[in-house]
Amino acid sequence: MPHYLLKRLLFMIPMLFGITLISFVVIHLTPGEPGVLEAEMNPKVTKEVRERIRAYYGLDKPLHVQYYLWLKRVVKLDFGTSFAPDRRPVIDKIKERLPITITINLFSMVLIFIIGIPIGIYCARYKDSLADKFLTAFVFAGYAAPTFWLALLLMMFFGVYLEMLPISGIKSFDFTDLNPFEKVWDITKHLILPVSISAFGGLAGVSRYMKNSLLEVLRQEYITTARAKGIPESIILRKHALRNALLPVITILGLSVPGLIGGSVIFESIFSIPGMGQLFYMSVMARDYPTIMGILVIGAFLTLLGNLLADIMYAFADPRIRIG
Amino acid sequence: MYLRKMLICVIVLFFCLSCGKKKDTAFYDDPGTPSYGDTIITASIGEPSNLIPMLSSDSPSHEVASYIYNGLVKYDRNLNVIGDLAESWEISKDNLSFTFHLKRNVTWHDGTPFTAHDVMYTYKVTIDPKTPTAYSGDFLLVKKAEVLDDFTFKVTYEKPFAPALMSWGIAVLPRHLLEGKDITASPLRRAPIGTGPFIFKEWTGGDRLILMANPRYFEGRPYISRYMMRIIPDSATTFLELKQNGIDMAGLTPMQTLRQTDFPKFKREFNKFKYLSFTYVYLGYNLRHQFFKDKRVRQAISYGINKQEIIDGILLGEGVEATGPFKPDMWAYNGNVKKYAYDKEKALALLAEAGFRKGTDGILYKNGTPFEFTVLVNQGNDVRIKCAELIQRRLSEIGIRVKIRVIEWAALINEFIDKRNFEAVMLGWSISQDPDPFDIWHSSKQGKKELNFIGFENKEADDLLVKARHTLDRAERKGYLFRFQEIVAEEQPLTFLFVPYANIAIQKRFKGIDPGPAGLMYNFIKWYVPENQRRYKANAALSP
Repeated sequence: MPHYLLKRLLFMIPMLFGITLISFVVIHLTPGEPGVLEAEMNPKVTKEVRERIRAYYGLDKPLHVQYYLWLKRVVKLDFGTSFAPDRRPVIDKIKERLPITITINLFSMVLIFIIGIPIGIYCARYKDSLADKFLTAFVFAGYAAPTFWLALLLMMFFGVYLEMLPISGIKSFDFTDLNPFEKVWDITKHLILPVSISAFGGLAGVSRYMKNSLLEVLRQEYITTARAKGIPESIILRKHALRNALLPVITILGLSVPGLIGGSVIFESIFSIPGMGQLFYMSVMARDYPTIMGILVIGAFLTLLGNLLADIMYAFADPRIRIG
Repeated sequence: MYLRKMLICVIVLFFCLSCGKKKDTAFYDDPGTPSYGDTIITASIGEPSNLIPMLSSDSPSHEVASYIYNGLVKYDRNLNVIGDLAESWEISKDNLSFTFHLKRNVTWHDGTPFTAHDVMYTYKVTIDPKTPTAYSGDFLLVKKAEVLDDFTFKVTYEKPFAPALMSWGIAVLPRHLLEGKDITASPLRRAPIGTGPFIFKEWTGGDRLILMANPRYFEGRPYISRYMMRIIPDSATTFLELKQNGIDMAGLTPMQTLRQTDFPKFKREFNKFKYLSFTYVYLGYNLRHQFFKDKRVRQAISYGINKQEIIDGILLGEGVEATGPFKPDMWAYNGNVKKYAYDKEKALALLAEAGFRKGTDGILYKNGTPFEFTVLVNQGNDVRIKCAELIQRRLSEIGIRVKIRVIEWAALINEFIDKRNFEAVMLGWSISQDPDPFDIWHSSKQGKKELNFIGFENKEADDLLVKARHTLDRAERKGYLFRFQEIVAEEQPLTFLFVPYANIAIQKRFKGIDPGPAGLMYNFIKWYVPENQRRYKANAALSP
């Protein structure tokens, strides 16, 4: 086991390095440069001013030198200073926004598992029934519907017509004047729509995974044996089949990290939630290279970490992986 | 069974919650009397980047900064220059120097008195090569700046410079907090201290920014006690928030103005204001192109485009025809220039004169080359894309084949405009409040990254632009600019299409709003909410 772990850990280093290299090149290949982007076509910005700003950001150096300088800092865990005119350290910007993104993603992940697993079990148990088909259609609708479109419809329905839920943001206008109980309720109200929408999109993956893996297990010979012993179907399902079927689902936990981070970019922008996704979107629009790279590195790190955890958990739960 | 009952309960609950909030339609009609209080909530697509305005070039930063800082001078409703921090100013006989007499009762938000040294600091830090600012251009022309005494400031120029006066409208920064420190690392970036009508209170990244009225503002305390800007990156969300009363003020598209806000509930809650925005949209030609070199071809295209159809069909009437680089309610605007009303016959006649003959396929040919060109449009700007489509259709009627290519903004600028690699573009220029078209139109401004990218060259126009730039007398300057507009109208280096209206919806409880050529916000401190119509309790005045 330690050997396996070490191998996995070492393998993460070139992977992370490769991710940063590709991201760095791609980001710098897109046209437009920070600082001057908003000043594009502005008569008040003279050529000299432009050159001065480029030199200030170090953009006059060749790309590989820029990458080398960036890498040298990152190795020391220094993500540098944002190119946005606020000139704040990237790490501060990310630190202040990461918690809300993680919170929302955790909630939606929990929701996905609480709803997705029972749907999967139900669909496997009553395979090809009308309810199975309906649920399948439902989860795939969630997977297929564009988040922004669904979000706008729900905002319009619950916000404008019913006036039940707030439309955007995470805090009400008078948040500071509320008592603690009202504060919690206020934030909860603001989170209902974003969390449910982000969960809705993820249901398909988990429930399908669950269904297939359970069906697989139910075909095994030991299940037949259990049935032959006369054990009630519900107990077979719960005690014998489910435990084994849940194993592969563990891996999804780790693998869903990048999807969730990617989804954050969209729904945080629509719901104007001040999270990392929104920060990423704005940084890309402003070509704020250090912030973009910072978020990508952290995103990549979280993804690799998720994969590693999934592998470890899987190895832990299933001896065949560990030994082989 | 149980499920169905639940469902019914939920639906009944929805209905209960959705009704019951009926308000009298005439509630907001009473103009009341000005009183201090309430909050205005606005929304911004982008987050302000830096509240030291000369370090940022995005509009949210400048909007917020405009409430916090003052310049020496500013524009009034009709775009006349009036004193802001300057009580008065004198211009020397040779038109080379300006002496500003500053107001004496002004203090910074932290209580320190404002003096001419602050102005001096602002000037020095702006021209400092170490400061990454986009606004040093005008100040670099200053030959000498001096502080005569605490409340007198004098600047001298190499030669008379018309935009000089208004360049001192730049936000004056507090010397006592910045001098000797690195301005790019100053805490004022996120917690500014100015002299303006509003005092910075808090800024939650990505979420909101709050300002409080300055009770000691030298022009009088603003009636509205609190200003809140919410950051909502999605424009559809902004519109929904407006409909739900989550924000008090937002810009509307023509479609939203005319169709989507035309229902009783919205009309009960909101007033809509409009003013001519400081932009015009045009079809620009690459004047180096073999066909577009010929003035007659450009005129023919202008005749071949139906501008009124564009305004009626795409802007739904929310715009006026543009005839030149200024908007009709500016003093520099010359409405008496050659106009190009839609006329197919004239267009065809001009093209025939220029040597184009119709081929068997209905396309015009000159020496065997068919007349076709590509119009570049930036992605995401629906209005311009639709304009290009209408133009495509109209020009196909006279035998010109137009292709449309939609490109992302940064790529359009860097790969096509900057490399002069285009035939025609559909873009917009913003109109500066001080009319100085020099940078866009002078023939010397064709270098890399410079703005005369279409390659307009006209001796007389060059001469007029330089003269207009170095004349302080408005009547004389107006003469030059009028003649310049005649030349541009004759030459048609661009086909000027339209000046759109800016449409703004503002919650009806706000009174005292008076849109003018300068826009809406110039008298923001005079806006008020009558006491009986107040919505939010602001926590009284902020004690400084």
